[in-house]
Amino acid sequence: MTELAVVGVPFAPPTRFAVPGRIAVGEQDAAVWRTATLTAIRRETADVVTVRLAVPGWAGHLPGQHLMLRLTAGDGYAAQRHYSIASAPDASEHIELTVDHVEGGEVSGWFHTVAAPGDTVEVRGPVSGFFAWPGDRPALLVGGGSGVVPLMSMVRHHRARRLDVPLRLLVSARGPEELIYAREYGAETTPVFTRSAPDGVAVGRMAAAHVAPLLAEQPAGGWEAYVCGSNGFAEHASRLLVAAGQPVHRIRIERFG
Amino acid sequence: MNVTRGFTGRPRVPNAALPPGQYDAGDDWPVLSAEVTPELAPADWSFRIDGLVERPRSWSWEQAHELPESSYEGDIHCVTSWSKFGVRFGGVSLDAFLSVVRPHVSATHVVAYSHTGYTANLPLADVTGGRAWIAWEYDGRPLAPEHGGPARLLVPHLYFWKSAKWIAGLRILDHDEPGFWEGNGYHARGNPWEEQRYSGD
Repeated sequence: MTELAVVGVPFAPPTRFAVPGRIAVGEQDAAVWRTATLTAIRRETADVVTVRLAVPGWAGHLPGQHLMLRLTAGDGYAAQRHYSIASAPDASEHIELTVDHVEGGEVSGWFHTVAAPGDTVEVRGPVSGFFAWPGDRPALLVGGGSGVVPLMSMVRHHRARRLDVPLRLLVSARGPEELIYAREYGAETTPVFTRSAPDGVAVGRMAAAHVAPLLAEQPAGGWEAYVCGSNGFAEHASRLLVAAGQPVHRIRIERFG
Repeated sequence: MNVTRGFTGRPRVPNAALPPGQYDAGDDWPVLSAEVTPELAPADWSFRIDGLVERPRSWSWEQAHELPESSYEGDIHCVTSWSKFGVRFGGVSLDAFLSVVRPHVSATHVVAYSHTGYTANLPLADVTGGRAWIAWEYDGRPLAPEHGGPARLLVPHLYFWKSAKWIAGLRILDHDEPGFWEGNGYHARGNPWEEQRYSGD
C-alpha cells in the first residue's frame, strides 16, 4: 500500500532534539559579502586577539550566531572561515570577533601577525539560527577555550539589556592567563582551570561537581544549554549535562572545525 | 576583487579535486554535530523507508547487512570549508534499499532523519544511481559514534551535512521540505562544486 503524505503538514521525525533554530535567518543577509574595516585590535591572551570591525550595512545578529570571513590574496586566492561573533548586538554597524591563533592557520595567522587598523576583509552573515539565543529563555552556557566567544556575546547581551532571565556561564581554560575575557566576568560565571589556577582554586577538568549546582537551581521552564568548544570538550561537557539531568533535546552544541 | 593587505595564504597546491572555497583537511576529520552524540548500539539501530513507496519497510542491523555490500572510496566536502581526500566507507548502496520499497513515480525528494531527530532534505535523484550509501564502516573499521556510527547516510557528492549521522530512515515525498540546517539558512541542495553553502547561493 502506498502511504500518502498529508498535504501541508511538514514531515517530523519520531524523535527530535533541540528542534528548530531559535530564529528565522535572513536569506539576503547571509548571501551578501560585505567589506569590513578593522577599527581596533586588542589582545585578550598570549594567543588570542579581539578585532573590531566596521561593517556598513550590517543587518544585525543575535548572540551566538557566526559569520563567514574571507581574505583574498593578490593572485585571487581566497580563504574563508567561520567565526563566532563576540559582541552583543547593537545598532553601531560594528561587530567584534575573537580570534585564536591556530598553529599554521592562514587566516588566524594573518590576524595575529599582519592585521592593523584600516585593513579590510570581507564578511557575510550572520549565518545559522541554531545556536542563537534571543534572550528569551534561561541559558546555561558551557564553553571551553575559545568556545566561550559566542557565549560571551550572550553574556554581554544579557548585561546590555539588563535581562532578568537567568543566565550562567561555566568556562574552562588551561590557566588564568589563558582565560579569555577574564576581566569581564561577574557573578554569573564559574571558571574551571585544567592545568594551573590561582591560589585556593582547584585544578582539574570540568566535572559533575561543576554542573550539578547549576542544574539543582532549575529556573522556571528549565535551562536551554549552549555548549561550545573543541569536539573533545563538547563531547565531555554534553555528557556531563546529560548525566546531571539536562534533557538531550535542550542541549545545543557548536563544535570547532 | 577585494585584496587583503599582506595576505598570502597557504602555498598553492593545484588540486582539481578541491571544490571552490575548500581546503584539504589532511588527516583531520572534524566533528560538527549540533546535538549530543547518542549512545546507539547496533542492536538498537533500525532503518526505515516510507512515504511515497509501494512497500514501506524497516531493516534491523542484521537485515541491512544481508543486502549486497558496497563501498565508496573518494572525497568528502564539509560546508565549513574542509575537504577530506581518499576516504573509504563500507556499507550498502541506498539503491539496494530503494529497490525493495519501490518509490512511487510521483516521488521527487526525500527527508533523511536520524535517531537523534536531525533531518536533511535531498532530491531523490541525488540518492539514487549509485551516489548514496548507508555506511557502517570507515577505513575498514566500525564507524565511530561521533562520526555517525553505528550507521550514517553517505552522499559524498553533496556537502556533508546531507550525510545524516545515526541514520534512522527516509521519508519519500513528492515535494521538497527543508531539513535541520536547511531551515537554519543553509542551501536546499548543497552542491560543493557550485558552492551552494547558504540559502541564496
